[in-house]
Amino acid sequence: MAQQTKKNSTYDGYIALASALLLLILNLILVSGKMPAYYSGILGFMGINIILAVSLNLINGIAGQFSLGHAGFMAIGAYVSALISIYLQWPFIVALLCGGLAAAFIGILIGLPTLRLKGDYLAIATLGLGEIIRVVILNLDITKGARGLTGIPRTTTIFWVEAIAIITVIVTINLMRSTHGRALLSIREDEIAAEAMGINTTYYKVFAFATGAFFAGIAGGLFAHIMGYIAPKNFDFMRSIEILVIVVLGGLGSITGSIVATIVLTVLPEALRGFAQYRMVLYSAMLIMMMLFRPQGLLGTRELKVSDVFKFFSGGGERDD
Amino acid sequence: MTENQNILEANSLTMSFGGLTAVANLSFCLRKGELVGLIGPNGAGKTTVFNMLTGVYAPTEGSILLNQGDKKQAISGLPPYKITQKGIARTFQNIRLFNKLSVLDNVRIAFHFSRSYSMFHSFFLTPLFWREEKKITADATELLALLRLEERKNDLAKNLSYGEMRRLEIARALATHPQILLLDEPAAGMNPQETEELSELINLIREKFSLTILLIEHDMSLVMKLCEKIMVLDYGMMIASGTPEEICHSKRVIEAYLGEEV
Repeated sequence: MAQQTKKNSTYDGYIALASALLLLILNLILVSGKMPAYYSGILGFMGINIILAVSLNLINGIAGQFSLGHAGFMAIGAYVSALISIYLQWPFIVALLCGGLAAAFIGILIGLPTLRLKGDYLAIATLGLGEIIRVVILNLDITKGARGLTGIPRTTTIFWVEAIAIITVIVTINLMRSTHGRALLSIREDEIAAEAMGINTTYYKVFAFATGAFFAGIAGGLFAHIMGYIAPKNFDFMRSIEILVIVVLGGLGSITGSIVATIVLTVLPEALRGFAQYRMVLYSAMLIMMMLFRPQGLLGTRELKVSDVFKFFSGGGERDD
Repeated sequence: MTENQNILEANSLTMSFGGLTAVANLSFCLRKGELVGLIGPNGAGKTTVFNMLTGVYAPTEGSILLNQGDKKQAISGLPPYKITQKGIARTFQNIRLFNKLSVLDNVRIAFHFSRSYSMFHSFFLTPLFWREEKKITADATELLALLRLEERKNDLAKNLSYGEMRRLEIARALATHPQILLLDEPAAGMNPQETEELSELINLIREKFSLTILLIEHDMSLVMKLCEKIMVLDYGMMIASGTPEEICHSKRVIEAYLGEEV
């Protein structure tokens, strides 16, 4: 068995190497300026969606706390960092971090009372939370209400998005492999048993919530500084649903699943532009088909491994989830 | 700590749910190294006693004292995870494994607080992280070997047989390094041969980890054979306690189980 694990990790070394090479080539094209703005724009949103999906997966898939308010945390990060950039002119990275920390702070504040709830009840409570954040932003003077915030410096480059997306993924994967990640998984599986194993479940649930909110806040900051303009409607309930769809489609609990699903769901609507008015119909139909034939998501709870891909193609290697 | 010293004292525990009193004025002591059985008809309040001892319920009245070294401390009302960290572990009547995780991970989770490292180490994969993880895996594998589950360590917990699930629950409880182990119907659903193996196993872990064990069980042959002392609950009250011999001949116990003579 040890042999097998060793083999798998070498394969995973290859997958990391392959992704790194792919990124390098992409970056070279980007630097040379030969990439049309349309494509680099899509890549930017893809990166932001990866950060959002992976951070929501930490809350929903790994810790098993069904949250529907992710757009709210994104909004906090977007507005806090945008306001800092506009009024205080602090460096971009500081503004981003402040946005993330503000979102995490609200996450802790809201998480402590609401994480006592379970399942459907928690989903409704977090849905309410997301809406409250949006309505507050809509009515504050400093956020300029429904008119939205203009004149945000467009400092986000594709490289910022790329770097932060990579950091998010690495941090989450490292966390999952550790005793802290196992504590989160055990809470998803059986909270009473987790507590009986000496795990402070309240602490870990709030931790997952705050970490997820932090990265969502950072993603919001990136979004604000890529658009140059943000309005409350960017962060409505549908935005939360969009992220949730990515996570569910990729497989709850699978980080690589979230990444693959983000790529598919960002590229798909663009690729379907040729179908004009039927675009969203086809998109929805594909989602329905996916859920019918693979309800556990693209990757289930597993992670994408090169060894699995080999096994799949050599036949008879497919495992059940 | 000398032998025969009380490791746990429960003083007039009462647990009411609204108008229903599940356990009333229950007092008992566990001596270090003892193997005590808790029996009684269905609904007598046995699992409620376990839930009070492990912090799932805070007793309505009464106190629970845990002796550690020379000092006594009250543990009633503490949250379950703190009580586990103080050395009381349990298994569940309706098995509660982490179903979609591997057998090995089920046990590794239980090392969470005894072999922990800070978040910092898990984010940056420091040498301490690798060292501790290696130790956790080695310790968990050793425990699985002791409970004859080593070959199944990479299977998902939900794919185990019933007897294996019960053993995994025990392995997981042992991984928290308990002084007191509470077993809630460990032989439920087992055939006679499995029950026989289980009683050997209980004796083995008791010796090896010098445990004090409190056992809820319906299988009388197992209780009579294993336990040195038996407590009988009926309608939330202790109606008898003593050696298996004494319990067998107690009129009140026979009445509780079989009804009064007509």
